[in-house]
Amino acid sequence: MMANDTPLMEARGVSKYFGRVIALEDISMDVKAGQVTCLLGDNGAGKSTLIKIFSGVHQPTKGAMALDGEEVRFDSPRDAIDRGIATVFQDLAMIPLMGISRNFFIGREPTTGVGPFKRFDVKKADRITREELDKIGITLRDTTQPVSTLSGGERQSVAIARAVYFGAKILILDEPTSALGVKQSAMVLRYINRTRQQGIGVVFITHSVHHAYVIGDRYTVLSHGHSLGSYEKGEVSMAELEKLMAGGKELEKLEDELQGSGATNGASNEAARSEGSTSETVG
Amino acid sequence: MAQSATGGKPVRDVGALRRLLTRPELAAVAGSILVFAFFAVVAGDYGFLTTAGAASYLEVAAQLGIVAVPVALLMIAGEFDLSVGSMVGAAGMIIAISVSEYGLPLLVGVLLAFAVALVVGFLNGYLVIKTGLPSFIVTLGMLFALRGLTIGFARLLTGRTQIGLGDSGSGVMQTLFAGSIGDFPVSIIWWFALAVLGTYVLQRTVFGNWIFGAGGDANAARNVGVPVSRVKITLFMCTAASAALLATIQVLDAGSADVLRGTLLELQAIAAAVIGGVLLTGGYGSVIGALFGALIFGMVQQGIFFTGVSTDWFQVFVGVMLLIAVMFNNVIRRRAAEAR
Ligand SMILES: Nc1ncnc2c1ncn2[C@@H]1O[C@H](COP(=O)(O)OP(=O)(O)OP(=O)(O)O)[C@@H](O)[C@H]1O
Ligand SMILES: [Mg+2]
Repeated sequence: MMANDTPLMEARGVSKYFGRVIALEDISMDVKAGQVTCLLGDNGAGKSTLIKIFSGVHQPTKGAMALDGEEVRFDSPRDAIDRGIATVFQDLAMIPLMGISRNFFIGREPTTGVGPFKRFDVKKADRITREELDKIGITLRDTTQPVSTLSGGERQSVAIARAVYFGAKILILDEPTSALGVKQSAMVLRYINRTRQQGIGVVFITHSVHHAYVIGDRYTVLSHGHSLGSYEKGEVSMAELEKLMAGGKELEKLEDELQGSGATNGASNEAARSEGSTSETVG
Repeated sequence: MAQSATGGKPVRDVGALRRLLTRPELAAVAGSILVFAFFAVVAGDYGFLTTAGAASYLEVAAQLGIVAVPVALLMIAGEFDLSVGSMVGAAGMIIAISVSEYGLPLLVGVLLAFAVALVVGFLNGYLVIKTGLPSFIVTLGMLFALRGLTIGFARLLTGRTQIGLGDSGSGVMQTLFAGSIGDFPVSIIWWFALAVLGTYVLQRTVFGNWIFGAGGDANAARNVGVPVSRVKITLFMCTAASAALLATIQVLDAGSADVLRGTLLELQAIAAAVIGGVLLTGGYGSVIGALFGALIFGMVQQGIFFTGVSTDWFQVFVGVMLLIAVMFNNVIRRRAAEAR
């Protein structure tokens, strides 16, 4: 077993700018083996941008990524996949008009035959797809039916099953439960738990503080591209976490109350942002 | 599992027929049968049903189909190549000029044409990827540039725009590209061979899966590790190479090259692919469909010729066919997207 204090993956002072937009500023966090690291924050906080850097879709403007303590640079999603990082993107990365099993294996197709006769092993792809989807609770009649024929939740389940099936060392899930009902969500959380028990490092983005609290070992909270700090499970209560997730505004209120300064509620973004940078010491 | 998302849902068994009715090439196959029946009745007495008649429409279809097959693959990958027609003109000129002006062996001329085609194809793909401009625009530019270069260089080097091959006398090359089996020119074999190869690649290989992915959603495909740029550039090189193949066949068959060869071929190839069920926005379609699309072109063109009606009407016929086929294909695709 890997020692718990050796991070599988780290972001070291990562910043990402899109032109004038500062999507991320100086974010540091790490992902440990056998732990679920929840990434929390309001809409537009920069969560997806950060995990896209983890998965090679974006390259950091400043700072660097490290795997097992060694700095790496992913030039493409392929690089990250090859290093054992599997991702379920928020938009799921599925091809609508393509069949389910083709979608399941796209980019990592099983082959049969040798040399010029090497070909896509359609049968194997169909069989594994069926098996893996069975595990997550979806029984397919026809694995060749287009993904566009699935419901949003079913599609999400397929994307998760795909990532878990290929997830070697690190599994990243960007709001995997957003389109799911209670039962399917519970299934996904159970899935995440099983993955964690296998020693895989999980990054889990969610807007549901309940899901985060149930499954998470550690929490990193983002607000307007800044980090509001990282917390171990024992360090924060669910209520505190909820306040943090609201993006600093609530936290500022809390701090004001504690200091008894009684500032107004109308905190501007500017105030929220400066709050974000100092809150790390508070936490 | 009882609580599964789809398993518990009542489903109608739709069976094989319904599945068949959602194939992308359905319209083209049905259209081919209809067109054949139409001309069998209308032009049957004028030779449409003879082997010579079949050979004539198959040859027309083959010359279009050789290009339409890779064009269909490229369109499924989400890109257009409007420069194939100009590429045919350019490649033909390269062969003819190398042989008749510079006395190079025919084989060298042909290899040179293919080399230039691959470079042009690469350039098309590279520009599309690097600039992020629609391939429609990039290859439209190439359409003009290439045709202009062909005419310019032909005049510059030879002072003419039509060049005879002279006495090439290369037996093997002649048999390979312009020979015939009975009434049937070998171009038909090239066409079928390419269609079979294209179908195999699309349906049975990893690269084929990437073609669907690149055209269906390039971003999603990239995010799951598909080398989308490489797929597209490769296919641009294939369409250009198919133009060089067609040029070789035409030059050896006619014994001469003309700078205007291949004019409008790019649009006919797109029409054949679209009739064959290829979605204009990519991600869906079949090579067999494009084969039948080309067949329809051949039968209509030669069928009208056989009836003795002015061939001016050919384009009207094609235009109407195209519209009907696209409407039909839309219905099929919608049904495929709903089929459970
Ligand atoms: N490719 C891009 N170009 C320009 N701006 C971008 C790009 N991607 C993200 N952004 C901006 O970066 C910021 C963070 O976006 P991101 O998608 O990471 O948020 P998020 O935390 O995932 O939000 P949500 O919870 O809504 O998914 C937003 O302001 C967004 O507009
Ligand atoms: Mg997001």
